[in-house]
Amino acid sequence: MTEPSQPVLSIRHAHKRFGAIHALQDVSLDAWPGEVLALLGDNGAGKSTLVKCISGLHALDEGEIHLHGRPVTLASPTAARAAGIETVYQDLALFDNLSPAQNFYAGRELSYPAWLPRPLRFLDKAAMRKTAAEVIDRLQVRLPHPDAPVAMMSGGQRQAIAVARATVFARNIVLLDEPTAALGLREARKVLELIARLRAEGNAVILITHNMDHVTELADRAVVLRQGRKVGDLKPDQSSRQDLVSLIVGGEA
Amino acid sequence: MARQTENGLGTTNLAQSAQGPKGDATTRLALRLLSAGPLLILVLLVLGIAAVTPAFAKPINLGNILAQTSVIAIVAMGQQLVILTRGIDLSVGSNLALCTVVGGLAYQATGGTLPVVLAMLATGALVGAVNGLVYVHGRLPHPFIITLATLSICRGLALALAPGHTTMRGMPDPIAALGSQTVLGLPLGVLVVVLVAGLLLVMTRMMVVGRWITAVGGNPQAALGMGIPVKGVLVAVYVISGLCAGIGAVVLAGRTDAASPVYGQLLELDTIAAVIIGGASFLGGRGHLGHALIGAVLIGVIRNALNLHNVEVFYQMVAIGLIIVLAVEADVLRSHLEARARVQQARGTA
Ligand SMILES: Nc1ncnc2c1ncn2[C@@H]1O[C@H](COP(=O)(O)OP(=O)(O)OP(=O)(O)O)[C@@H](O)[C@H]1O
Ligand SMILES: [Mg+2]
Repeated sequence: MTEPSQPVLSIRHAHKRFGAIHALQDVSLDAWPGEVLALLGDNGAGKSTLVKCISGLHALDEGEIHLHGRPVTLASPTAARAAGIETVYQDLALFDNLSPAQNFYAGRELSYPAWLPRPLRFLDKAAMRKTAAEVIDRLQVRLPHPDAPVAMMSGGQRQAIAVARATVFARNIVLLDEPTAALGLREARKVLELIARLRAEGNAVILITHNMDHVTELADRAVVLRQGRKVGDLKPDQSSRQDLVSLIVGGEA
Repeated sequence: MARQTENGLGTTNLAQSAQGPKGDATTRLALRLLSAGPLLILVLLVLGIAAVTPAFAKPINLGNILAQTSVIAIVAMGQQLVILTRGIDLSVGSNLALCTVVGGLAYQATGGTLPVVLAMLATGALVGAVNGLVYVHGRLPHPFIITLATLSICRGLALALAPGHTTMRGMPDPIAALGSQTVLGLPLGVLVVVLVAGLLLVMTRMMVVGRWITAVGGNPQAALGMGIPVKGVLVAVYVISGLCAGIGAVVLAGRTDAASPVYGQLLELDTIAAVIIGGASFLGGRGHLGHALIGAVLIGVIRNALNLHNVEVFYQMVAIGLIIVLAVEADVLRSHLEARARVQQARGTA
């Protein structure tokens, strides 16, 4: 089991530049198993950039990422996912033209025979459909047409599929970039339930959101970024809510 | 990005008309009808033309249609994969001409059959590889420009390489047999279509690479995020398209018993039209081999029927153009219906 005295993920002195923009400046943070860590900050604060660095889409310019105390390089999304890091991207990385089961396994299709190069292997469709159906069932996601392309599904169903996909494969860390943006109350609630379940299953969950209600309800800890710098790390509750808001918008100025 | 706007528009426009599970079933039925549309139209067209034009339904004429359609069909299947990944391959016609010329030269040099076939296929695949590699590694925003460039380059090379810059008569007997021989009443060239379709069907429906091609077409950004080797997939798609042009070259050279630098003119437009008319989305992401095949046969049937009625070629072009407009409108309607289905899903589920 994971040693409780050690964070699953720690970021040490991370820097990321896009040309003149210093999107991350000396950001350090820890994520613990069974904890929802809210990552807060105004638009352009660098939240998505940080998530993309952890999920292997961007490389850090400086700084280190440690998994279970060991330094790692997450050079590609594949490498990050092999390390047990699952991401639900802000722009919802679903394939409209694929069914939920096909979406679950996109990029890591179950296939055979193993001696063939991966692209030339044959799809094990039955196994993929079965696992996907089990997960959708376990998470109680309601999908009246489970084999239809996800293009036909509502925003909430799509988000639920994206989060469910993460639950199938996550072994350590789940990153969620604004998973409830653009959702109605009822559908957002469903997604929050899924997040709570991820935490209950022992994952370290990093949740980006602009919704302070969701933060106080769900998050165990909150890290605030402002213009690429970490400006706060505290426990969110009703009493600290105002502090969080001022940290986000830079209220002391 | 496009999905976002479409989503928003659909939601406001269609919210009133969406009504629970009954509306849901209607929407799904309409979508199913829409996707069966091209095949339905083909069947009705064939029956209708056969009723008014006795010469049409004669086995010889039907065989002719298939033979004349075979080159478009083969090349359109490659084009379909390219369009599925949100691209376009404008070079297929010139590529095909270059393939026949290189094959013709190989015949003059060796007198064998195998060298001719290999030369044509290799040339096609090579041009496809150039398209794909320059597209992904030159970081071009769209493959339009590079395939426009190779359209010009291949035609120029074909003309330059052909002795006397003109048609070279004669192909080895086994290749010429593609035009002259029949099996079970079908021209041999048609069997090549079936063979290529079979291979591509296995690749697209049963193999990992096929799923990746669909995924890249559906959402290239997400494909990157999911660790799919997007660049490799795109290069593969253009190589397959080039290879299809090479196979088309073998069939055309066989049927005409000649190689020519002027073959395949406007083939890029015919194949794109076939894919769109067949029912694939011109925006990418949606489409399968059947669309290319149905579209190719539809074009062949319409041309043949108008020929039988002595309608001038210009009007044939007008007719094909009108059908393209119809097909594109059907695609727009489809995305509206999908937006409606999304609203109905949001209302229907707790
Ligand atoms: N690929 C990129 N190239 C150049 N600049 C980028 C890139 N990605 C992000 N940036 C810049 O980095 C900064 C941080 O962006 P980021 O997307 O991380 O913000 P965010 O905190 O996720 O904001 P939001 O709440 O709007 O999603 C912004 O100034 C943005 O313009
Ligand atoms: Mg963001």
